Amino acid sequence: MAGAASSEIKRILKQLNIPPLKIKQIIVAVFEAEVNVIAHSYGGKIVCDFEENEITVQVIDTGPGIDNLELAMTEGWSTATDEVREMGYGAGMGLPNIRKSCDNLDIYTKAGDHTHISMRFTLGEK
Amino acid sequence: MTKGQRTSFSYRLPLLHGIMLHMKLKDIIEGVDGQLVWGESHLEDEIKRGFASDLMSDVLTILEDDILLITGLSNNQAIRTAEMSDISNILLVRNKKPSQSMIDMAKELNIALASTPYSLFKASGLLFAKGLKPVY
Repeated sequence: MAGAASSEIKRILKQLNIPPLKIKQIIVAVFEAEVNVIAHSYGGKIVCDFEENEITVQVIDTGPGIDNLELAMTEGWSTATDEVREMGYGAGMGLPNIRKSCDNLDIYTKAGDHTHISMRFTLGEK
Repeated sequence: MTKGQRTSFSYRLPLLHGIMLHMKLKDIIEGVDGQLVWGESHLEDEIKRGFASDLMSDVLTILEDDILLITGLSNNQAIRTAEMSDISNILLVRNKKPSQSMIDMAKELNIALASTPYSLFKASGLLFAKGLKPVY
């Protein structure tokens, strides 16, 4: 079920006393990325690095990669199945929401390969 | 003013302008002829704004607090999204009946669940007319 990992990460962020608004911002991106892994990939993992001034979250799936990243970054563009849409997702806002929420976003993807996104969030004033 | 005389004057209460009206969850439920599914302890919650959507990605973009999520999406993902967005109150429209697993999840995450027989449009319209503010 989508959200189990994000829920766990949110719990950790709360324990670290990160400001609530920052947590929300981080979790929006992490949750969207988790939904993407579940909706579009064969599976994957989330790796979080907590540092004093920044948090980096890497979401690495096992494929099949994104065909056209530019399109995937476009608001409203989606390849989601009906099943995903019935869950309330697949509106084509995942990657755009991720881009808006993090301070730095790196995406590696290749069709036929896999997708690795790295989101950096700076703590303190944005 | 001497006794027996009356001066009529009107004083317009400035309450509705510029001051944020907060509605309580119980008033919201009453306003849409709804019923509480779970979350008696939330009935006195002060709700600042309402947001209506069946698209969870739209819900996730909201960073404000004390929101009522009005949605026709009656599945666990609605609860999960509320959890991620720190939303503690959900109103299900179109007479959607939440599943037991949805109710269990709401209990676990301490999120109030209410339902109304009205459509998303009507429920939102009624609450807007009663002073519930939009997010934008």
